[in-house]
Amino acid sequence: MPEEPTQRVAVLVMGCPKVPVQTSLVLYLSNRMKKAGIRTIIAGTPSARQLIRVADPDGHYTMEMKDLDATIAALAKGDLTVTDSYVFVHNDAGVSYAATMQSLTNRPVTAIIFGEEAEQIAQEITFPCTVIAEPATHNPMSLKNKLEEAAPWDA
Amino acid sequence: MGCLESLPYEVLMSKISFKEAREFLSRYPEKYDVAPGYRMFDLNIIGVPPIRVAVDGDALIFPYTKPCHGTFLIRVQNATDEITRLRGRT
Repeated sequence: MPEEPTQRVAVLVMGCPKVPVQTSLVLYLSNRMKKAGIRTIIAGTPSARQLIRVADPDGHYTMEMKDLDATIAALAKGDLTVTDSYVFVHNDAGVSYAATMQSLTNRPVTAIIFGEEAEQIAQEITFPCTVIAEPATHNPMSLKNKLEEAAPWDA
Repeated sequence: MGCLESLPYEVLMSKISFKEAREFLSRYPEKYDVAPGYRMFDLNIIGVPPIRVAVDGDALIFPYTKPCHGTFLIRVQNATDEITRLRGRT
């Protein structure tokens, strides 16, 4: 059994970075989590991580970044324990990753769903998961506002 | 971390949804449901439960999901070790 974490550890799971709002929202959420003293891990593909790294070269808004596959492997092996997960979803694969995080962590998972098909994709969430969805592609404000309403950094 | 490129694999279907993968694999007589994160061939399987994998002779067929490209159905032949492990799960 993985050890119970002594502090809150949040993982932000990035999907394919082709929809612009994702990188902006990940930086925003990471910054709020970091300011709240939560250990925050961003997991993503190499391209998704490079977008974050270039936008925040000195790590003002981010803490740790990990490879997505390596993060899944560490969770499956019990080498990493997280208290809550935030999965950025804009396609079918994102739903699969959200379900995987729910199954592997057995902890609260929030799916942040964006892109033109957000509503349709939200219907595919049939497992325990909080859904925050808006059909945003270029303008992150509607989702930023919904994140502020949810305020997971205060939980 | 797993690397599919190191396997002698064949892509049966590409860029499909997890539901399509599940439906396709349901037609095989010998099939198993595994939990998300189940490790085979040094890969962790990603998906919405139940994740179906199928045995076809000495080949194993399973879904493989990538964030940007959706789900692929992969067939790996000469998979007897993984098939034995799959059958022996309690």
